Amino acid sequence: MAELQLRAIEKTYGNGYKAVHGINLDVAEGEFMVLVGPSGCAKSTTLRMIAGLETITRGEVRIGNQVVNDLVPGKRGIAMVFQNYALYPHMKVRRNLSFGLKLKRYAADKIESSTQEVSGILEIEELLERLPKELSGGQAQRVALGRALIKQPEVFLFDEPLSNLDAKLRASMRVRITDLHKRLRKEGRPATVVYVTHDQVEAMTMGDRICVMKDGHIMQVADPVTLYERPANAFVAGFIGMPEMNLVPAMVSRDGSARITIDGQSILTDGLEGRIGGTTGPVTLGIRPQHLEVVETGAENAFTGEITNLEFMGHEVNLHASVGSATFVAVVPSELFDRTLERGDSVGLRPLGPRIHLFDVESGENISLSPQANDTIREETKK
Amino acid sequence: MDNLSHIGTGLEPKTELELKLRRKTRISAAFRYTVLAVVGLMMIYPLIWMIGASFKTNAEMFSSPSFWPKEATVQGYIDGWKTSTPYTFGHFFLNSLWIIIPKVIGTAVSCTLVAYGFARFEFPGKKILFATVIATLLLPNVVTRIPQYLLFRDIGWLDSFLPLWVPSALAGDAFFVFMVIQFLRAIPRDMEEAARVDGATTLQTLIYIVVPMLMPALISVCLFQFMWTMNDFLGPLIYISSVEKYPVSLALKLSIDTTEAFAWNQILAMSVLTLAPSLTVFFLAQKYFIEGISTGGVKG
Repeated sequence: MAELQLRAIEKTYGNGYKAVHGINLDVAEGEFMVLVGPSGCAKSTTLRMIAGLETITRGEVRIGNQVVNDLVPGKRGIAMVFQNYALYPHMKVRRNLSFGLKLKRYAADKIESSTQEVSGILEIEELLERLPKELSGGQAQRVALGRALIKQPEVFLFDEPLSNLDAKLRASMRVRITDLHKRLRKEGRPATVVYVTHDQVEAMTMGDRICVMKDGHIMQVADPVTLYERPANAFVAGFIGMPEMNLVPAMVSRDGSARITIDGQSILTDGLEGRIGGTTGPVTLGIRPQHLEVVETGAENAFTGEITNLEFMGHEVNLHASVGSATFVAVVPSELFDRTLERGDSVGLRPLGPRIHLFDVESGENISLSPQANDTIREETKK
Repeated sequence: MDNLSHIGTGLEPKTELELKLRRKTRISAAFRYTVLAVVGLMMIYPLIWMIGASFKTNAEMFSSPSFWPKEATVQGYIDGWKTSTPYTFGHFFLNSLWIIIPKVIGTAVSCTLVAYGFARFEFPGKKILFATVIATLLLPNVVTRIPQYLLFRDIGWLDSFLPLWVPSALAGDAFFVFMVIQFLRAIPRDMEEAARVDGATTLQTLIYIVVPMLMPALISVCLFQFMWTMNDFLGPLIYISSVEKYPVSLALKLSIDTTEAFAWNQILAMSVLTLAPSLTVFFLAQKYFIEGISTGGVKG
């Protein structure tokens, strides 16, 4: 196992389109790194450059301190799991697993023992004599995983491996992969993983760290908690979290503590002290639906909104409300939800001060991050 | 309850509507099958007549319109097999095989290599080269006959099988190249990429991964080439001059040339024999053949 380093990686296609803009990323030995972003953010391209399936226009990829830019995929010490499994259709599972080892001219008994071990780990022993077309999606993906595992590579690369599975199977495969990663770590042969997905649930649940990408740029690299609590910019804030964080234009002014104005309504908030310095003027206000308290109309430090939609999700209710021209979503646990509320009613919406984020209108940077802010959130969480 | 017990057992009496619909379907089916049978018979009649006539005597051939021989005889086959040359018809069959087998192998290998190159790799001049391939596809064969003849004459290949083998072994049959390219385009690249990650070289990827997936297309290519070469008359006629090297297509014509009163029953008997290999091969490989020409055989 080895660490992986990307140094100012760029990808420009023949037609002049620049897909990847100078990415720097370090993946430590044994780390599970997830690349996540909307479609077209070049996460797959980045992965394919690491694999050697795409040429690297500029920059360096290092695996275990060796520059691999000019090495063919087979010599890079990587293994890859593809979205549509990419099993060799004419080979039985056994040969699919052992094909890579055969090419490396491993001894037959070594190949056999490796095949047995890997098929044991992934519970595919009874599938060994089947052809790929006789496998279900989940089985095929386990075989594809086995084909990567058997090679004992330096780095595992996953390209949206669960996207073709149904929701239930996806959840169980997610656990299986993370369990496998932990197991290998415990056995003293930690696996360095780069895992590409567009699904934030996969990203949050699987990654040691997550690299959020957009349009060929890295927006933030952090562990899941930091990414959720301290998003570096409005894009990450909006991308991570369900439902999406509310991002609305607002004005900040000083009135003892900070005063936030949205479309003529203004509230005082105490949670921003020490976080935003002397900032005043137009900003983008970010508040997660979970951190927006639904209170009585006219309550202190609350905006007054009109309910535009109510979505009953079972365990919680998504309340959509408009405050002037801005719209907010608030999540209320079902048992705390006032069932008499209807569309068109007025409600008070009170953002939890310490959980408010302010983003620069131009750059989208989070201007409300500070060490203290983190502490405040931690204390808040402890309570 | 008793009155209802027959429901769902399939034994309940037919309603008026059901009977009407059933009658309608039957009439429609009868009509369709009649049309199909008549048109089908018109298509296949010459073949049936030929097979029947090959068992007739030469005298009966034009006196009776029926395809069924009055007195069946295999004399046509016996005389036809002997031919009017020092060689039996078997000799010509072997010549045909000797032309066909290297040609088919050469075609399959060269077309795969060229199509793989075009379908999977980027290289300078690819567009122009591919346009050239397509252009030769559109060019009538006849146009290139004379320059080709002159070329092979200057190299000194006349009266040998080389002019028949070599162009095909160099992927000269643009149609097959095009067919394999189309088939390859329908196969996702992931398997090949997986093989590269597994450490396979380009050639290993081709042999172990691409060729097995291409099999249906390659079988079609081989079948087409087999049948077309078997039936090819012009190629051997131009390049082969000694009777010893004649394939069956030329040998058939030979028996028409050299006999004054044409022994039609012999000619037809040998024609039936000539058709046999193509038909046999076609029916044996029919499954793959259809899979191959309806491209996109690999399912996810």
